[in-house]
Amino acid sequence: MKIRAQIGMVLNLDKCIGCHTCSVTCKNVWTSREGMEYAWFNNVETKPGVGFPKEWENQEKWNGGWHRKSNGKIQPKQGGRWRILAKIFGNPDMPEIDDYYEPFTFDYDHLQKAKESKAQPTARPRSLVSGKRMEKIEWGPNWEEILGTEFEHRRKDYNFKDMEEEMYGEFENTFMMYLPRLCEHCLNPTCVASCPSGSIYKREEDGVVLVDQDKCRGWRMCVSGCPYKKIYYNWKSGKAEKCTLCYPRLENGEPTVCSETCVGRIRYLGVMLYDADRIEEAASTPNEEDLYEAQCDIFLDPHDPEVIAQARKDGIPENWITGAQDSPIYKMAMDWKVALPLHPEYRTLPMVWYIPPLSPIQNAVEKGGIPMTENGIMPDIDKMRIPVKYLANLLTAGKEEPVVRALKRMMAMRQYMRGVLVEGGPNQEILDEVDLTEELVKDMYKIMALANYEDRYVIPTGHREETLDAYGESGSCGFSFGNGCSSHSNSDIELFENPKSWRGPSASGKDNRVNTLFTQGKTSTSGGCGSGGCGCK
Amino acid sequence: MNFFLFQIFPYIAIAVFALGSILRFDRDPYSWRSKSSQLLRKKQLIIGSVLFHLGIITILAGHAVGLLTPIAVFDALGISHSFKQILAMSAGGIAGVFCFIGLVMLLHRRLFDPRIRATSSFSDISVLVLLLAQLCLGMYTITVSMHHLDGHEMVKFMEWAQHIATFRGGAHEYLLDVAMVFKLHITLGMFILFVWPFTRLVHVFSAPVGFIFRPYQIVRKREA
Repeated sequence: MKIRAQIGMVLNLDKCIGCHTCSVTCKNVWTSREGMEYAWFNNVETKPGVGFPKEWENQEKWNGGWHRKSNGKIQPKQGGRWRILAKIFGNPDMPEIDDYYEPFTFDYDHLQKAKESKAQPTARPRSLVSGKRMEKIEWGPNWEEILGTEFEHRRKDYNFKDMEEEMYGEFENTFMMYLPRLCEHCLNPTCVASCPSGSIYKREEDGVVLVDQDKCRGWRMCVSGCPYKKIYYNWKSGKAEKCTLCYPRLENGEPTVCSETCVGRIRYLGVMLYDADRIEEAASTPNEEDLYEAQCDIFLDPHDPEVIAQARKDGIPENWITGAQDSPIYKMAMDWKVALPLHPEYRTLPMVWYIPPLSPIQNAVEKGGIPMTENGIMPDIDKMRIPVKYLANLLTAGKEEPVVRALKRMMAMRQYMRGVLVEGGPNQEILDEVDLTEELVKDMYKIMALANYEDRYVIPTGHREETLDAYGESGSCGFSFGNGCSSHSNSDIELFENPKSWRGPSASGKDNRVNTLFTQGKTSTSGGCGSGGCGCK
Repeated sequence: MNFFLFQIFPYIAIAVFALGSILRFDRDPYSWRSKSSQLLRKKQLIIGSVLFHLGIITILAGHAVGLLTPIAVFDALGISHSFKQILAMSAGGIAGVFCFIGLVMLLHRRLFDPRIRATSSFSDISVLVLLLAQLCLGMYTITVSMHHLDGHEMVKFMEWAQHIATFRGGAHEYLLDVAMVFKLHITLGMFILFVWPFTRLVHVFSAPVGFIFRPYQIVRKREA
């Protein structure tokens, strides 16, 4: 057993109002740059719909994620190592910018500068790629907002698999939900596996998946490897960029920007401990429907003394162990089983999970009451407006039982708390129906319904002091030699050897700062930007 | 002139090629990339790029082996000069046709697709033009070589290349009386090496062969 820690996220879709605040704040922070106008590290889709980029869930089209071979081994669906290299000159599985959308702006200037005329001046669209006039905007990052576009197009949604989707095109049966999406920071990421230059990596300390911008050569295999299409090719810089889970914030114990600004308070962040030795085994589970359970199996109980002992041995800091014990993610995914992974069938073992949305019970008016299950305790989940099968295709590779259990428990929590707060007495029958205890349901209510800030985000701070001597940070970035935060200087004297590499060691041997007392020391770490790595590393 | 172009300039070009590339890799690794434009337009790229790359890799491998292998090795292997000449012309010719079709497709796309044109730098376009010019010169040499299938002209180029590679004087003398098109081809080739570090051509050094041998997953500790 090799224990690693990971910051996981859960999104409570039951509370998402589709306001896009997460997307907009994320964009302002991370992708408001040339070459990345079209990229949304976080976006919110209205489901059912083909999504962003178009039909991203259809892996028969894009070949993202993993494929389990007949010998039980897994390899990227786009091909093994040789096959990936064979595609390097032209990648047939990579979406074109039109599959996302051609980024555009409007000629706002014209509104002010137009000459006097009979008709009002208009601001017409212009491409942000070519700078040319766009006569008509054909697609955008959120074209399907609140069931936009005709059903004939949206019915291509892959989650209609094994369903008779025609009936959901009828007005009476139509349904919708929001799906905010970001990088899943998978335990078994295909983007990492597909990168020919080995520039993408998973951080050992917190599981964040990052692209080393200095090592990326723009071979773009990660774009097609990722089944969630959450790696974006920056057409200006020629590099791959992706969600960083706002790691500079996480390291300070702060939630990601998308979480921090979520007005619906639907996002949760917390630590999960897992057995890194069993990743491949879990990802290779034969039956797709079992992948959800297989992933749960490699999560470790942070209260188990054996796990705690092993975690300490594997170098997990103490505040991360207590963080794992208080983690809302662990509670929702493991204790209450209300959170489920997004498309586990891709075999990437994603770490951004979702609580399925409740929806109105169908036909309530006609029948003169809410249809109940046979024993009359709970409303009938199968009569919900959003079909359970649809949610199962989205969250559990088609297996309905986990979705039903999650929905029932949420429903039970509501009914129980209504009993306590409104009707004047708890109803134990409801809890028995869904195997919950009073203690658990109270905790659920506190974390899921009240959702206070400190309950949503349990983020232990990173231990920078272990990887970096902060003493050396001073004077290393900003007022440094040559081109600022780059580790490479433009000094006239030095051609190959960086002035910053002439460093005297401090007591810890990790000092980066030029030491005037001990010159030409042996620890020549050529760390850019101190050693923290500037920007998107 | 002959002395400068075929004795001095090769060393200048190779020095700039090597030092410039090392400098760029060391100083500005962020700028080191293949600059793929596939995202903006898939059309014409996949076929064009595959044809071009397969063609040019074959051609470059042929040049390297053909020019730099000591003549004695061919003699020892019993490969006659005329056989080698014909092999070079036919294999190079076929690869050249592949490469030519690919390059024309890529250049056409780069010049006439509004998106690609708008996002191209001067160097992106000039690299394609240079390579196409060089390829045309190279293909034209095949017709010249038709007149001396015994391979004696080819031996001159081998001698020249090997003299250059081993820092021997007198290399340029081998090229005194060869056809003009060869001289142009060699000069342009040296020029391409000269500008190499300042263009996207540097991505050639990053051919990801290591990918074949590495495990799929990479886990890194935070930078120390």
